[in-house]
Amino acid sequence: MSIHNKKLFLLCLATLAGLFVLQFLLSDYLVLAFTRILILAVFAMGYNVLMGYTGLVSLGHAMFFGAGVYGAGLSSYYLGVSLPVAFLAGILAAIALSFLIGLLALRTQTVSFMIVTLMFSQAAFLLILYFSEFTGGDQGLTLPTSARSFSLFGLEVDMTSDVARYNLALTVFGVVLLGLFAFTQGPVGRLLIAVRENEDRTRMLGFDTYAIKLLAFTVSGGISGVAGALYGLMFGYIGSAFAEFKISIEALLFTLVGGPGTLLGPLVGTGLMTLLIDRLSGLTTAYLIVIGALLVAVTLWFPTGILGTLRDRWLPWLK
Amino acid sequence: MDTIDIKKNLTLPRRSLLKGMAAAGTVLAAPGIIGRAVAQSGDVIKLGAPFHRTGIGAAYGRWYERTALAAVKLINEQGGINGLPVELIIEDDGTDPKRGVEAVEKFSAEHKVDAIFGHLFSHVSAASAPRAGELKMPYFLCSEAHSLAAGAFNRYVFQPSISDVKSQVSSMAPWITDNLGKKVTMIYPDYAFGYDHRDNLTAAIKAQGGEIVGDIAIPPTETSYTRYLPRIPFNTEVIYHVLVGPGVLTFVKELGEHLGSQRPEIFGFIDSLEAVSFDIPQLAYLDGTHFWEAMPRYAQPNQTSFDKLYREKVGVDANGASVDDAKSVATFSHMFSVWETLFAMKKAMEMADYKGPKQKIAMLEAMESITGFEESNEFPQGRKIFNGKMHQSFAQQNISKVVDGKLKVVHTVSPEDTLYPDEADYTKMSF
Repeated sequence: MSIHNKKLFLLCLATLAGLFVLQFLLSDYLVLAFTRILILAVFAMGYNVLMGYTGLVSLGHAMFFGAGVYGAGLSSYYLGVSLPVAFLAGILAAIALSFLIGLLALRTQTVSFMIVTLMFSQAAFLLILYFSEFTGGDQGLTLPTSARSFSLFGLEVDMTSDVARYNLALTVFGVVLLGLFAFTQGPVGRLLIAVRENEDRTRMLGFDTYAIKLLAFTVSGGISGVAGALYGLMFGYIGSAFAEFKISIEALLFTLVGGPGTLLGPLVGTGLMTLLIDRLSGLTTAYLIVIGALLVAVTLWFPTGILGTLRDRWLPWLK
Repeated sequence: MDTIDIKKNLTLPRRSLLKGMAAAGTVLAAPGIIGRAVAQSGDVIKLGAPFHRTGIGAAYGRWYERTALAAVKLINEQGGINGLPVELIIEDDGTDPKRGVEAVEKFSAEHKVDAIFGHLFSHVSAASAPRAGELKMPYFLCSEAHSLAAGAFNRYVFQPSISDVKSQVSSMAPWITDNLGKKVTMIYPDYAFGYDHRDNLTAAIKAQGGEIVGDIAIPPTETSYTRYLPRIPFNTEVIYHVLVGPGVLTFVKELGEHLGSQRPEIFGFIDSLEAVSFDIPQLAYLDGTHFWEAMPRYAQPNQTSFDKLYREKVGVDANGASVDDAKSVATFSHMFSVWETLFAMKKAMEMADYKGPKQKIAMLEAMESITGFEESNEFPQGRKIFNGKMHQSFAQQNISKVVDGKLKVVHTVSPEDTLYPDEADYTKMSF
């Protein structure tokens, strides 16, 4: 099997190695913070498949993150299934939901697509509140102690251990990163970009662009669900706040800052924004104003995000 | 073209960009380096306060912070805890469960605090409490959530001051049925906070021989209430309302327009109008109605010296507003829990001769052994019964009537009458 874009592949491996080493260098708190960053980066990477590579801006990805959170959390809470099974349930829930929503939402384009995805997402959020007796609604549900550890292939994993949490998050991040490398840097990735750059021309060349977009939408939603399922199980809490509109906006911002259409951009954007919010919130309550100003600056000076700018100017393989 | 020129002018030089990124990276990485350099000294007691500085709980957060600063100042003036000064570290949790957990982790791993206190909104505490337990971090709630007393959390979580919703509602019900009426219509927000009220009130009213004749849940997205009000049955004797958020003023206005002067009795929870002044025209319709208050906002004729000192230290006047700005009304019926929780923690730490994390378990066990708190400068809201098994306090409750735009206490329920059978025993859990 030939590897397309070997430089990027090596950079991905170096990034994973660097992230692995990071846990021995950083303070305890930053290891915890990077655990969250890795999970949210998976979410942003999923979002990036749709927004960055396919050119479809969704405002409703919170519903897929939420599908992962609830698919995993509810099966663990009510059925008492083991964490790996709950994790798979979360992913399957997100894939099924994104396929169904994709079938409908992809009949629209541009602004209409944004509004339709937003509406579906809000409907999903309100459904969680409506069925609060089952979902816990806004107050949420705390997963039982039995759902804080699991055994896989003879390996005991304690979800309360910081080391286990970080390495679990890193493993999932690594699998998604390498999976997306294969997905985006090969022929399928080129088709996604073709749809982004000129959908009519792609269709004229004989490709079924609706099917391509549906594939991108489902993969994007599914990966968002991976992040949601992991987040819910990792922190032992599920609640409607994880399906709120601002979760969709977070994915959008992380991707925008890091670089839409670059494989590692979401990681850079998530890391930078998360740490910035964390630091600034300790200094001022007006941290969102600073974040807003930063976003304006990024949009003005780096419209293709940090890695996108590097790609456009110096490193064309960074995609 | 102009656009290209503008773009060129706005483009940052590569060197500046690299410098900027390097500087930003250094700033962001700083806590990693500092976190290792500054080990816990043990000559100070550090308390982490994740307050709702922003988000929907911001009004509460602002006053929680003010109260905490006043209490810590007083504690330090009195010699600290076991001779050690108390240092308060505040973080904003954005009234958001996700950020609440982040704050707990930050306090534990970066600031290395001795204990955390101050979460109010139940969805934030529901997400944070399990994580606090995993990090083995003493975590004191200043909330009204019933989850703790119901056994949903762990041995590290306590609520030593304010009563939970179940206790509040069930102890109010006998007075409502005896004095206002037995046929009750409930109007509440259509989410978990509202359901707590619905479920507990329904059970309590039925236990008193009363009847719930109307049950109106209002979705959180609603901004007008006119289409819900016709659902209030004609035989309603008491309307029980507990709504939160900016829609409350609209609700009161529309309720007045709908019912007119021939209204039934009205009983509300002060949560609806915390941080809102009563003497505004929009609330005139509430004159003569009743409210639950944990701690009376307006200084009463029989005001205790404890209440007086508490107001003075926090900077609140006799009307429950800031002494600096009469328009800045306090969240008076909740924020006392911050003050009292700090003194409860102090008491437990003194009982365990707490000097640092080595005495953490002893401090938690001391807290569990406490049976109550007497009304005092430390506990100005009133006497409390503390249930060490459930980790929950039971306090006196007040029913106040709106008279001339002020709240006048007409009835007080004793702590004994707020008790209900044990629902959990955290002392059987391991640390």
